[in-house]
Amino acid sequence: MLNTLWLIPIVPFAGFLLNGFFGKRAGKSFVTAVALAGSLGAALLGTWAVIEYNAHYHHGERHLNVVYNWFTSGNIGADIAFQLDPLSIIMLMVVTWVGFLIHLYSVGYMSHEEGYWRYFAYLNLFMAMMLILILGSSYLFMFVGWEGVGLCSYLLIGFYYDKDFAAAAGKKAFIVNRIGDFGFLVAMFLMFAYLGSVDFMKVQQAAMAGGVDSAIITAICLLLFLGATGKSAQIPLYVWLPDAMAGPTPVSALIHAATMVTAGVYMVARSNVLYRLSPIAMMVVALIGAATALFAATIGLRQNDIKKVLAYSTVSQLGFMFMGVGVGAFAAGVFHLVTHAFFKACLFLGSGSVIHAMSGEQDIRRMGGLWKKIPITAWTFLIATIAIAGFPPFAGFFSKDEILASAWSTHFFPGVGKLVYVLGTIAAFFTAFYMFRLFYLTFFGKFRGTHEQEHHVHESPATMTVPLIILAFLSIVGGFIGLPHVIGHNWLAEWMHPLIPDVEGHGPLHIAGVVEWTVMIVSALVALAGFLLARSLYRGRELAADESFERRSPAVARTLENKYYVDEFYGAAVVRPLAASSRFLWKVIDAIIDGIAAMLGFIVRGFGDLLRFFQTGNVRNYALMFFLGVVVFLFLLV
Amino acid sequence: MPILSIVLWLPIVAAVALAFFPRAADSAIKAFGLFASVVTFIMSLFIVTGFRTGAAGFQLVEMKAWIPQWGINYALGIDGISLWLVMLTTLLTPVVLLSSWNAIHKHPKEYVISFLIMEAAMIGVFVATDLILFYVFFELTLIPMYLVIGVWGGANRVYAAIKFFLFTIAGSLLMLFGIIYIGFQYQHATGVLSFAITDLYRVGVTPYAQTLLFFAFSLAFAIKVPLFPLHTWLPDAHVEAPTGGSIILAGVMLKMGTYGFLRLVLPYFPEASIRWSGLLIALSVIGIVYGALVAWVQPDMKKLVAYSSVSHLGFCVLGIFAMNQASIEGSILQMINHGLSTGALFLLVGVIYERRHTRLLADYGGIARTMPLYATLFIISVLSSVGLPGLNGFVGEFLILAGSFQTEPIAAVIAATGVILAAIYLLWLVQKVFFGPVTNEENRDIKPIAWNEVAAMVPLIILMVWIGVYPKTFLAPMGPSVRRLINIVKTEGNAPVLVADESAGEVARAPLGGAK
Repeated sequence: MLNTLWLIPIVPFAGFLLNGFFGKRAGKSFVTAVALAGSLGAALLGTWAVIEYNAHYHHGERHLNVVYNWFTSGNIGADIAFQLDPLSIIMLMVVTWVGFLIHLYSVGYMSHEEGYWRYFAYLNLFMAMMLILILGSSYLFMFVGWEGVGLCSYLLIGFYYDKDFAAAAGKKAFIVNRIGDFGFLVAMFLMFAYLGSVDFMKVQQAAMAGGVDSAIITAICLLLFLGATGKSAQIPLYVWLPDAMAGPTPVSALIHAATMVTAGVYMVARSNVLYRLSPIAMMVVALIGAATALFAATIGLRQNDIKKVLAYSTVSQLGFMFMGVGVGAFAAGVFHLVTHAFFKACLFLGSGSVIHAMSGEQDIRRMGGLWKKIPITAWTFLIATIAIAGFPPFAGFFSKDEILASAWSTHFFPGVGKLVYVLGTIAAFFTAFYMFRLFYLTFFGKFRGTHEQEHHVHESPATMTVPLIILAFLSIVGGFIGLPHVIGHNWLAEWMHPLIPDVEGHGPLHIAGVVEWTVMIVSALVALAGFLLARSLYRGRELAADESFERRSPAVARTLENKYYVDEFYGAAVVRPLAASSRFLWKVIDAIIDGIAAMLGFIVRGFGDLLRFFQTGNVRNYALMFFLGVVVFLFLLV
Repeated sequence: MPILSIVLWLPIVAAVALAFFPRAADSAIKAFGLFASVVTFIMSLFIVTGFRTGAAGFQLVEMKAWIPQWGINYALGIDGISLWLVMLTTLLTPVVLLSSWNAIHKHPKEYVISFLIMEAAMIGVFVATDLILFYVFFELTLIPMYLVIGVWGGANRVYAAIKFFLFTIAGSLLMLFGIIYIGFQYQHATGVLSFAITDLYRVGVTPYAQTLLFFAFSLAFAIKVPLFPLHTWLPDAHVEAPTGGSIILAGVMLKMGTYGFLRLVLPYFPEASIRWSGLLIALSVIGIVYGALVAWVQPDMKKLVAYSSVSHLGFCVLGIFAMNQASIEGSILQMINHGLSTGALFLLVGVIYERRHTRLLADYGGIARTMPLYATLFIISVLSSVGLPGLNGFVGEFLILAGSFQTEPIAAVIAATGVILAAIYLLWLVQKVFFGPVTNEENRDIKPIAWNEVAAMVPLIILMVWIGVYPKTFLAPMGPSVRRLINIVKTEGNAPVLVADESAGEVARAPLGGAK
């Protein structure tokens, strides 16, 4: 299996082709079987490969499986090659197994959709592309997956393509991501020009060998990070992710929470050697991450669409991951990526189950009192909420805590590290608050929807609840893979250790025991405070708290509800001026050019009139005469 | 077997034969034309099989004296630069004839004959190894295209045809002057008159003359490409041209310009090319951004695709004047890619125009529901055009940009914004035409895409995937010819421009031969 790693993405790709070509006619059971086989096949093959890897390699070496040389031209080129190493393995396990669970869930959730076959074809294509992204052994091949998942995201956000907002959201996602991809591309140009390759290992070696201007390394890191801000929805390119909720809810869980959006974090962790050579770039990553974490969390406070709350929460949590990798705690960032995949997938799938039960309703102001009616959904949602809010010993607590402790302890920029810690802790408080607000408004109090909705409320089928239960379980125990040193064993940090070689004398971050304890206690108290505040405001009081806040500070409320008017700002500052200048180029500049051309023609023609030579009014005759004239003239010349 | 002559003359023989067909035999005429172009394509496959990868110079050469007293020969040959352009021509001609099977009702006989003659002339441009022969073919392509636009075009066809004709002929007459001048310079130096392209590589002209000639040739080719600001004839020509005319115009004819830069301008005027490369690069980068922005605000689908061609061809010229192995190979590949993806887009725009007689974006919306297969084919072509990795466009653009970055970093970075802009205008098009609710009742029951239109798309899509997944098939034959071209320019020109930036370090310099 190790030498046929390419099979892992090929299996879901085959599923895509089968369902794409035959799904429409073949019927639903065929589509279901193919799609599940595609995703389960990838998960099983991946697991098999991991088992073999563990039997053959003991020190985190990279296993390389070169399939063929994609292209080579001059000094530009890359192989189609897959790799397995500790980081790829973590991603592989999360992507394939969480992916399979979400495929399973989708069978129930999408069962009434007319585009069932199309949905699963895209979903399998997504799996294939995501696997290329995480198994590719070079930036360029990774970019194939990177763009491929972007395409699937575009197609799936716009799945309900006859809705204008869905089509617009898909396009927005693709274009905003393209801005990030521009950074990724230029970073690769720099790698070819200055590091001689885009292979992960060779880039790392060339960078560590020294001799490359540190400004170049910084430029590469910042450009890669521009790519990451697109794909992983960070300031300033996060704006597409909330709109992406127009897609079916399982897509939000898989692509826009658990897997694709974490690709930027994966990329930074993958490039940790480059980043550690450029503390400035790391600081930018950490600060953008912290700012995004806090900014998105505040927006989450006043969103009323259940999926929008989760979307801003995702943006915020991705910010936490970037805080981690930015301060140099690469394992911690990846740790949070893993736990977030569990609890956020659980939350999104849970919200899907709620929406399903509520006959398509997404506004939490019209929910309430669902606790008894859909108990499995409610319990799993509660568990995931506890996990994301950061209560020990649930999964989110340990990973978020390691990030915050690392920010406090970072040696790259100790002062800024403290600031990052403070911002992160405030964001964590808001997280606990808005998540419990969401929880209470959805599941407690009176039912605020219509009678028909109330009559219709039902628990989801087993294909949907089983994935919820599994993910909820993982949200409880997932944190144990990375316990703080003062408590136990950080398996994940050890597993990742070989990927983080000493750079300029520094290995992975060291966190003092007292810091670990203090941060843990503070984090637990912050989570508790957020929970208690939300409980006092929303439990049994329905929407009274939101309404009174709106009365007391209408400006703040409106600003948050309108997401700080960032979309409006981009429209006014970028999109409209660009469109206006495009129209100017077309209507004015092109017309001027045509005018000049006509004038030249007019002069030539006037000249012709004057000479009255061969004036037949026929263009071809003019041309012929001109042609002959040139020939005669040349012969006279020689 | 004189395979190049066979491929070159087959369409002409077929065109002559068609002249004897009765005017009323509509489908017989179309069937015969299609048959002849398919046979030509099959024969052209023997060019590929007979081509020796690894050789740099002209292959499969043929030579007959034509006008011996003036040193003009019927000389043909092919190398890594022209190989795929010939194949593109022989591929797109049957694609055009197949896709327009039901679209042409007016003078079908003349229509088919025009395309066959055009095919031969375009092949001639790419296989001629004698400058005069090259020029004859270069001009010969104009006449059938002029007729195709002028006879089978839209409402404003006469204006567009004349504009097309005048713009392109204005440039090429200056080039003719240059060709003859170079020939006589050769005679001056050697005592023999020759117009063989490779003989003339050895002609040295004074720097002053070189500059003048460089501009004479460049003007001709820049109009053809078209390079900003000489592009304004193109949108008009495309909008008025029938679908088939647009496919050939964008697919092949524009590449006669980029081909001319590679085949003639760089090797003949290396010093001037290097000295003025900054100008050409600036114009191509402006064209990339300009074409993309203007494409975005077009209300007419065909104009949108036409302006996108200005943008895409800007990449090709950038790659040529960045003058390194990767950028030039990327440029040649991008010529093919553009022929496939833009050819496909023009074809598909023609498909709905045929049914709804409008090309305005505003008249559509929600077509994905009524024409799902059509929408799928269109979106694949769009993805190819925006350079999605895994499809053809990405490899070409990446080689051009990454290659150009090593010699012209700023230009490459600005050009790279073109990948953002391409997504903006093409996805805008997709959203407006295919997505959203069906707002226009007339779009509710459009006739689905027909078998002949699908069949015409199939080879294009196969090639988009092939080039995207395994581009080596297409890149491998180019390598030696491009390397030789760069050597010619480098040894005769001012070397430093051709090597990577000083600070690039050993790694970057080494593959360029470590030249200094």
